[in-house]
Amino acid sequence: MRAAASDLPLMFVEASIVAREVTILDRVTLTVTSGAPTILIGPNGSGKTTLLRAAVGLTPLSNGRITWGGRNTEMPSKSAIMFQRPTMLRRTAAANVRYALAAANVPRGQREEQAAELLALVGLGELGSRPARRLSGGEQQRLALARALARDPAVLFLDEPTASLDPYSTKAIEDIVLAVSARGVKVVMSTHDIGQAKRLAGDVVLLHRGRLIESTRAPEFFVTPHTEEARKFIAGELLV
Amino acid sequence: MTGDMTALQLVLTGDPGLFAIVRLSLLISMSAVLLAALVGVPVGALLALTRFRGREVPIVILNALMGLPPVVVGLAIFLLLSRSGPLGSWGILFTPQAMVIAQTVLVAPIIAALTRQTIEDLWIEYRDELAAMDVGPGRRIVTLIWDARFSLVTALLAGFGRAAAEVGAIIIVGGNIEGFTRTMTTAIALETSKGDLPLAVGLGLILIFIVILINAMAWAMRHAGERYAG
Amino acid sequence: MINRRTVMVAAAFAAAILTTPVCAQDKSIVVSSTTSTQDSGLFGYILPLFKEKTGIDVKVIAQGTGQALDTGRRGDSDVVFVHAKSAEEKFLAEGEGVKRYPVMYNDFVLIGPKSDPAGIKGMKDIAKALQTIKDKQADFISRGDRSGTHIAELALWNKDAGIDIEKEKGPWYKSIGQGMGAALNTAGASNGYVLSDRGTWLSFKNKGDLQILVEGDKRLFNQYGVTLVNPAKHPNVKKELGQAFIDWLISPEGQKAIASYKINGEQLFYPNASDPSA
Repeated sequence: MRAAASDLPLMFVEASIVAREVTILDRVTLTVTSGAPTILIGPNGSGKTTLLRAAVGLTPLSNGRITWGGRNTEMPSKSAIMFQRPTMLRRTAAANVRYALAAANVPRGQREEQAAELLALVGLGELGSRPARRLSGGEQQRLALARALARDPAVLFLDEPTASLDPYSTKAIEDIVLAVSARGVKVVMSTHDIGQAKRLAGDVVLLHRGRLIESTRAPEFFVTPHTEEARKFIAGELLV
Repeated sequence: MTGDMTALQLVLTGDPGLFAIVRLSLLISMSAVLLAALVGVPVGALLALTRFRGREVPIVILNALMGLPPVVVGLAIFLLLSRSGPLGSWGILFTPQAMVIAQTVLVAPIIAALTRQTIEDLWIEYRDELAAMDVGPGRRIVTLIWDARFSLVTALLAGFGRAAAEVGAIIIVGGNIEGFTRTMTTAIALETSKGDLPLAVGLGLILIFIVILINAMAWAMRHAGERYAG
Repeated sequence: MINRRTVMVAAAFAAAILTTPVCAQDKSIVVSSTTSTQDSGLFGYILPLFKEKTGIDVKVIAQGTGQALDTGRRGDSDVVFVHAKSAEEKFLAEGEGVKRYPVMYNDFVLIGPKSDPAGIKGMKDIAKALQTIKDKQADFISRGDRSGTHIAELALWNKDAGIDIEKEKGPWYKSIGQGMGAALNTAGASNGYVLSDRGTWLSFKNKGDLQILVEGDKRLFNQYGVTLVNPAKHPNVKKELGQAFIDWLISPEGQKAIASYKINGEQLFYPNASDPSA
């Protein structure tokens, strides 16, 4: 589904999250528009996960605001998020997807068919009747992706989806992400893997210690980064 | 049912008196567990999922109630149901109904406490995903209870074990009336005091067999849960 | 597995259990009685005869005499059938009962181990036997539960043997607060003496080393009486059905049934409803 004109741009305006005197997000101002994937990069603890969670309303802001398509909505209606370590429901793979479809108010009669399609899309077509918790790591990640796509999102948030996967599974996920993006779904994904960012990015957003350091289109970011931190990060130096 | 025959003979000949006692025991304990589940599962689930100030208090109380002494419960219900008590007009003292009530009171806290623990643990696991899937509170409770069903049934079996084994409450509120409110445990108590030990031992063996059966079912339940849902 | 249908069936099952009215609610009475009438098997024998004749189900709560009368006082039983005349008369004096009818008697016997440490076997005088037990400090088991047997035992100590047992007891006197069967079990296990009603003794299955050592003294006579709980005080009492039971017990038919109850050819209870002084 193409991102409706009313959902994007997603804007963070001076978004801050402070918890127990620790600043997790520090006045982040960012605009996400439709098009190629937006990749969030940065060292661990830079706030990537928190930014994604804030976007879908899982973590409330302490200050600032998030707007969708210019409106002040807290909980976006057509977005989905996939976590770094997704939790499988204690049921079969297909049942997991059917559950996500039901939660997205898909009529009962259509769920089985759509679940089969989604499973096929993520390459789990043969594994529908296996208990989800007995799938491999890569398979579980793909199932989580199928669950997220079940919501027919306009914007798909992914939190380091391939961080714990082998290269084969990583490629599988990346292929799906690109396919989904090509179909008009806006992808916002975090990663600490520079290579992955290079492979997937339309826009690159660099975070460090909760602050937005730089937000640039992909080829330019990697060749001529604007900030010192970006240059160091790309060169593989540790940002402290 | 005479005590002259050995327990084995009674079982093998299908002595109706003996089987009436076994049937009554199972009926009372099963009914109590079902009622206790009707009360305990929702209470446990609600306690697991709601957040309010002083939440630890009901949780601690619930855990403490698991250790209610059966005789005390029996005495309390006896005083309530006696004709000269507040609920005397119900006229159910010395009936199986009173025994079901007593055992329900004993078993409900167990089921509620175990449900709370189970649901709370599962909730912590599922919280983010359910929120990400935009699942409302109603569907959330149903999903948690359904996905935790194997553990919950294990809790019910624990409750049944407690009910089937107790004698203090039901002998007080039931009166151990022959052919009417006499169960395995109360019959064992009676026959032992009468010196009819073979019969008491026979009933005891049947009771132990049932307890083992319950535990086997609980184990099979956990096993099935793992196999089915992973 | 556990699906919706199983749940519905189970719930219906529980509902059925709970709403099924107490069976034969209409034609049944609750009689609070003593453990001796139950443990001896008398009720098991005569109640089916009564039910056959009248269709009335008699539900017996077997307790000690004291408890049985208390159950009547609370209105939780319709009829009390016990064996402690003094306690029964007090019951009537309180207005808790309508009228006391003597029904039957049996006797108490002093049971003890074959080894007879106090050397009382064959004595004809119960007071002397008890005195000897106390002097020799032999283990004596008391029911201690306000039952008819317990009341009779205390009377034997205090009135007949002239021993204020409450004051003069020692570690040899063990009050267990339980029924006759339990007392016999305890006596058997600790080689002690115990006062028992003959009926329970005859039907007791764990006699082991125990035997009757003293019997026949007139003071060991044990009278049973039956009383309707006063419906004026407890409106829920089923007075017609309860009175029907009493009437049957004292009728020639009922008295014959009581007399015909035997264990190993030995009669346990002797009907004496026609004895005005009983």
